[in-house]
Amino acid sequence: MVTGIGTNSTRDPHPDDQVGALCAVDLRAVRKSFGPVDAVRGIDLTIRPGEVLAFLGPNGAGKTSTIDMILGLTQPSSGEVRVYGMPPRHAVAKGLVSAVMQTGGLLRDLTVLESVQYISRLFADSRPPGEVLDRAGLTDIADRMVGKCSGGEQQRLRFAMALLPDPELLILDEPTQGMDVEGRRAFWKAIREDASKGRTILFATHYLEEADAYADRIVLISKGQIVADGTAAEVKSLASGRTIRATIPGADESEIRKITGAANVEVRGETVLIRSGNSDEVARRLLIETSAHDLEITSRGLEEAFIALTGAEVHGGAVGPRIQQ
Amino acid sequence: MSPIADIGKILERSTPAMGGFSTAILRLEIRRLLRNPRTMIFTLLMPVVFFLIFGLNGTYAGNRSGHGNVSAFIMISMALYGAVLATSSGGAMVSIERASGWSRQLRVTPLSPVAYIAIKMLTAMVLGLGAVLAVYLVGVLTHKASMPTHLWIITALSVWIGSVLFAALGLFIGYLLPSENVMQVLGFAMMLCSFGGGLFIPLSQFSSQLRTMAEFTPLYGLSQLVHYPLVGGSMDWRWVANLIVWMAIFISGATWRFRRDTERV
Repeated sequence: MVTGIGTNSTRDPHPDDQVGALCAVDLRAVRKSFGPVDAVRGIDLTIRPGEVLAFLGPNGAGKTSTIDMILGLTQPSSGEVRVYGMPPRHAVAKGLVSAVMQTGGLLRDLTVLESVQYISRLFADSRPPGEVLDRAGLTDIADRMVGKCSGGEQQRLRFAMALLPDPELLILDEPTQGMDVEGRRAFWKAIREDASKGRTILFATHYLEEADAYADRIVLISKGQIVADGTAAEVKSLASGRTIRATIPGADESEIRKITGAANVEVRGETVLIRSGNSDEVARRLLIETSAHDLEITSRGLEEAFIALTGAEVHGGAVGPRIQQ
Repeated sequence: MSPIADIGKILERSTPAMGGFSTAILRLEIRRLLRNPRTMIFTLLMPVVFFLIFGLNGTYAGNRSGHGNVSAFIMISMALYGAVLATSSGGAMVSIERASGWSRQLRVTPLSPVAYIAIKMLTAMVLGLGAVLAVYLVGVLTHKASMPTHLWIITALSVWIGSVLFAALGLFIGYLLPSENVMQVLGFAMMLCSFGGGLFIPLSQFSSQLRTMAEFTPLYGLSQLVHYPLVGGSMDWRWVANLIVWMAIFISGATWRFRRDTERV
């Protein structure tokens, strides 16, 4: 790293860092590889305090890898991660950020109350165990062994444990996976009450409806990259565009992209598939400016559109993301 | 929604003293141990039962052994057996905690990895103390074991302190092996070590080849050293060498795996 006054590489004097220091999370060109596998392929993301943000994407999109780096559980292969302007481990040690993990993370031979007491003792400042149990709706089963709790109860226990340091940022990785409808509702009720008090929340999910219902910003991740970022309404309008299918002899992908202005172009032999929020304009240009024929316009359901945005490989019939109907 | 974080609130946050280590955590860990019937049976009950079977046998228990009798010798052996079983399985608990994701959960708290290891080691040592005290208490109550009072204290302390070596072995194996078979592997290894240390059958009854092999096993040096105050005679430098070499192996092994583990959870 080059150091010296006036260079961009020094952390402190650079004006961007004034912003960085105030952000809940600041990711810059973050990449993560596991051997030959690129889990995260260049993510830039800023999360502002108070946002409730959803990482939406199919399994294996890189959501958990990204979260692990924000929590300091792994180091990025390249790029930089800052949490409240400091390295993630420091933010964790100060109790600024805590997390509800996907599965596991509990000891079966402790009671619900003991689990909370255990974690509570690890922080310099902690909310009282009774208070977080109450907020997670666990007071009635405080003396139950963790091994005897249902999946939903265990997840609310993880939530209670995450509330102990009264974190500025709460991260939830696939928080309702494997829960029944009732458990899911109770869990989100607790989270929503908590978010209303101004806490920054980042949650990963592959349920489109969860992101839609609970996030005020959705970051769509596919194959280790951000493919869409906006409010639920914005992402939905992106996702609910139409597909134009046409036969164009000698079709060239970049040429068609240029003519139609559509980013999402796929060429298979002479068949061209274009996804666009403005299908009328794309069709008009194709018919006027290319030799396209047999043109079809189909409207996609929300689920199909989401699949289209997050993973091209699902067209081949591979397993796509599970989406709640 | 505020566009900037409350910097004051963020700056006044602090990190815990001693990397998150506290006696309250230790108490919770010990409570967990006491709940585990398997641990209790294997580490506290079995050595006592073995002492009752082998240590009180009228045909040889009263025979002289150094400054005391054979019953006292066997009591020390069984206390050592219980203590190393306790400390090694205490250390190997890290394996179960890694498999269950608990260590990952702890990584999103301020608990430092070194403090975590300190808690595991101390918990293992508390269990080890329990194992020593159980055997010695039965030794007192059965009136068969005999040696001068100060030797009761010295041998008990040596056994307990020496067993810390096997807490390091437990950590090493716990980090090395997946949890489904770590306890079985450990139980078998400790059984072999106990024979090698002459805890069940006196080494003098081994063939000379077996005896030579036994001198290189991990419990040999420690076993000879903790019996030395009772048996007396001349000290053998090979006992100390055995102890030091195995200690170096276990501690560097545990440290190596621990470092690997903290790099990626």
